[in-house]
Amino acid sequence: MRSASTDKEAQGGTGHTLDVEALRADFPILHQRVHGKPLVYFDNAATTQKPQAVIDTLVKYYREQNANIHRGVHYLSELATYEYEKTRGKIKLFLNAADTREIIFVRGTTEGINLVKDSFGRKFIGAGDEIVISAMEHHSNIVPWQLLCEEKGCILRVVPINDRGELDVEAYEALVNEKTKLVSMVYISNSLGTINPIKRIIAFAHARGVPVLVDGAQATSHLTVDVRNLDCDFFVMSGHKVFGPTGIGVLYGKMHLLESMPPYQAGGDMIRSVTFEKTTFNELPYKFEAGTPNVADVIALGTALDYVQKVGLSAIGDHENNLLRYATKKIGSLEGVRLIGTAAEKASVLSFVLDTVHAHDVGTILDQEGVAIRTGHHCTQPVMARFGVPATARASFAFYNTIAEIDVLTEGIKKVQEVFQA
Amino acid sequence: MSSVNELYQQLILDHNKNPRNCRHMDHPTKIAEGYNPLCGDHFTVFLEMDGDTIKDVSFQGAGCAISKASASMMTTAVKGVKKAEAEDLFQKFHTLVTRGMKSAVEDDIEELGCLGALAGVSEFPARIKCASLAWHALHGALASEDSKVVTTEE
Ligand SMILES: Cc1ncc(COP(=O)(O)O)c(C=O)c1O
Repeated sequence: MRSASTDKEAQGGTGHTLDVEALRADFPILHQRVHGKPLVYFDNAATTQKPQAVIDTLVKYYREQNANIHRGVHYLSELATYEYEKTRGKIKLFLNAADTREIIFVRGTTEGINLVKDSFGRKFIGAGDEIVISAMEHHSNIVPWQLLCEEKGCILRVVPINDRGELDVEAYEALVNEKTKLVSMVYISNSLGTINPIKRIIAFAHARGVPVLVDGAQATSHLTVDVRNLDCDFFVMSGHKVFGPTGIGVLYGKMHLLESMPPYQAGGDMIRSVTFEKTTFNELPYKFEAGTPNVADVIALGTALDYVQKVGLSAIGDHENNLLRYATKKIGSLEGVRLIGTAAEKASVLSFVLDTVHAHDVGTILDQEGVAIRTGHHCTQPVMARFGVPATARASFAFYNTIAEIDVLTEGIKKVQEVFQA
Repeated sequence: MSSVNELYQQLILDHNKNPRNCRHMDHPTKIAEGYNPLCGDHFTVFLEMDGDTIKDVSFQGAGCAISKASASMMTTAVKGVKKAEAEDLFQKFHTLVTRGMKSAVEDDIEELGCLGALAGVSEFPARIKCASLAWHALHGALASEDSKVVTTEE
């Protein structure tokens, strides 16, 4: 669990507690029955639900603001462009970036990583060079690098994790060497909940002149991210994991790196001038935003971030810590249940397996109780292999979840054991 | 009976706990793997053919209760039958798990025998692939000369 002290420091510690019932009222989807039971939504690591404000923003955009941006002199185009660029400013503040030009809109974490691979990777990583990742990466932070290795002849190095699901920091420090051209590491593991000591990881790499990409997909909904304090070189996130829409995400990159990188895709908006002889590219951030972007979802992502900041990431962290502590105790003490991922520093993700029941059967029976969890490998097959399980059941909590819902989950697991006479 | 109890009937739980013909075959005539990339369920089906007849059948692998019980029940259903009969049974079984007991005609229900216990799967669309995984592997093994991997992602 996160230590309260570092958390408070990082968050500025307002210490106020959440009025969870009031907040739940902001999320229309939560108030429904599934198979006749009240929905208990515990699949927040896969995607989070959207507050009414975000839904309203999308509706308002299409009803009142829709136009193509950066290319019209008419009223609506100027309005849409204004809203779009205003959101870039919000994201700059949310991540504490130095400059709005360092904020690139992409489809999500996956596209952000692929952009860095295609643009930075292809230009700066060559045969014999090494890329360091960890054994707890999501497939989206493994496969792009494997493709680059195939193409360029570079080598992927993987930092192992221990039995609690924590990064082996000593092994990491031994792996980084003069051949290392990039460290690409997850901040919070989606299948284990582990919070990596990312600042230390970055500092170590920087001391050897190696840039670091942080996969922040799971981080933004649980803790305050400050890219300048972390000093990361790239940071990627997905809007849908932080109460925003699907199909929109952010790549943050340090200005000097983005400037040194070639365009990722080519088309409209990313050019300054085109002739058949020569095309000059637009300046940052447009160099990396070819074509008509996802304007509506960008603006709605801004609303989501406003919402999260109003609730307060410090209070969110405290509440989620309580949920995690309670769930760990309740579910961890059930006979025949094994927790997968018991790191000292953990976000509100609880992965578990039952001795005699496969995760899918657990998921099906819990679903009949109205409880939505994720079962499977969570796009982290190497993590499953590391723990010797084919799949886990994963309950992941957001600030709108309650202790009472964890009781429903606990009873549901007992029901699974009953059905299987386990 | 609730749909959960309908799905996890005693017979299915029994086949899951004590799968029949769950063993490696040293010299199979045909062999195929069934793999569901979505959940990682993975089975190998071994066949010993005598002409057109499945003389012996076995399986090995790991998966959920539904996929394992289905594999086990399949082996008991196709042992000793002709290739064409096994294929026909697969079609009937597939109809059963996708459309449920109501869709099956009486003759089919009789022919399916204990496989009918898996009819409850039709209420759980996400689990139909689990129930049919071993059958896809069997189909792949019967159809091919060489061993191959069959996935349920078609
Ligand atoms: C840690 C981590 N990285 C990357 C991703 C990929 O995010 P997206 O599918 O939104 O691109 C996810 C989402 O599942 C994740 O949890």
